[in-house]
Amino acid sequence: MQVAIRHKAFRRKPVLGDIRFELRRSETTALLGPSGCGKTTLLRILAGLDTDFTGEVDHHNARLGFVFQEPRLLPWRSVYDNIALVAPDRREKIHQLLDEVGLREVAALEASRLSLGMARRVSLARALVVEPEVLILDEPFNSLDRARAAQLRLLLLDIIERHDLKVLLVTHDPHEAVQLAQRLFILGGHPTEIQQEIPLELSAGERRDVALIAQRVSQLFGD
Amino acid sequence: MLKLPASLGRPLRRTGLQIASLLLLLGLWMLATLFTEADILPPPWQVFQRIGSELSQGDLLRHSLITLGRVFAAFILAMAIGCAIGLFMGLHKTAGRFFDPWLLLMLNLPALVVIILCYLWIGLNEVAAILAVAINKIPNVAVTLREGAKALDRDLLEMARCYRLSRRVTLKEVIWPQLTPFIAAAARSGLALVWKIVLVVELLGRSNGVGFQLHLYFQMFDVAGILAYSLAFIVIIWGIEYGLIRPWESRVNRWRVV
Repeated sequence: MQVAIRHKAFRRKPVLGDIRFELRRSETTALLGPSGCGKTTLLRILAGLDTDFTGEVDHHNARLGFVFQEPRLLPWRSVYDNIALVAPDRREKIHQLLDEVGLREVAALEASRLSLGMARRVSLARALVVEPEVLILDEPFNSLDRARAAQLRLLLLDIIERHDLKVLLVTHDPHEAVQLAQRLFILGGHPTEIQQEIPLELSAGERRDVALIAQRVSQLFGD
Repeated sequence: MLKLPASLGRPLRRTGLQIASLLLLLGLWMLATLFTEADILPPPWQVFQRIGSELSQGDLLRHSLITLGRVFAAFILAMAIGCAIGLFMGLHKTAGRFFDPWLLLMLNLPALVVIILCYLWIGLNEVAAILAVAINKIPNVAVTLREGAKALDRDLLEMARCYRLSRRVTLKEVIWPQLTPFIAAAARSGLALVWKIVLVVELLGRSNGVGFQLHLYFQMFDVAGILAYSLAFIVIIWGIEYGLIRPWESRVNRWRVV
């Protein structure tokens, strides 16, 4: 997947400037930027929901899986049905994914009864059931308490390593970016552009070492 | 002492309270008959007796079924057209704003005016009668459904687009469940309004139905007959509301309460 956005305006105000990057196989790319810098706009463009921009996004018709900021589940449907919605007739796969995200026991529970953390995991399973070539994560740990967010990050690391995916993580939290990504793009400026590219070469073990991650974050970004 | 579980106790207590309230009303009615003449306000037992005799003659059932048929036809028509208009207005902002004054006008048009105009323009027939009732109800349904369309969760619609769900699946799985609570609310208030207007329509221009019978008894100053027909029909409408519409409404609203 190649992204080359040159210009995007919203109500005549430029929001995005020059943003070019490529998603690579088995690699997580993180876009790190403050809230309100146009990350969601960028994702809408990648998803094909917004076509009013100058530039090119080449999906090669790739299947996309989304984990939105809000879980966006059908509250009147069960956990299982929510996943089956995007990939009907994939019983086995759904059960396998429910196992992976640790929700097998609540498969029949209505989504309106889930906690936010559980709903996020359902949303992740839903994104994976389509067997995406590109997995897009939009602030997937937003509004979770620290313990739950840390737990979900480890789960995501496991899943990303197991499934052969191109992952795009959009976040405002440097810890998340450093822990999960192999490449990090820092967004900033007006309009928003890529200001810096940082490669992150950490081993699978290092990524699970919270102290080490914190140390790398402070090396890269100061306090 | 026997103690009911809390989950069972509450509905039972509520039903008990409602029965007590109805008994009180009956008591007040009986009390009032002490101070009035029987042909002005007949006692309850006389009205019940009358219901029995009208039932055994078959008249009450026949007229009630005819009225119920009209209620049903007008209700379906009003719901279908009102839903379509409401959805259209809710989903298309500009059109919604443009037609808003029309809706306001319709909402404030007295039922009687619509009925008279329908009879004048279409004639004293069944089509005019049903249309008149439906037209009275359409704006209420449209307003409710417009709110429903406006309240549709854009995030969920976007999710459906992201995952390239088909139009049919989006409509059935994403949109319809969000609209049903509004449709149910419109149906409940619709039934209550429609049957009352049907009676007026029958009174003004039909030769059968509960409204026609009420008109007949009005001319004969037969208060027991009027009360008998009213009570019987109220019970029928209650049956439909509590037996069909309310259970459906609470079922489609289940996920919203949590």
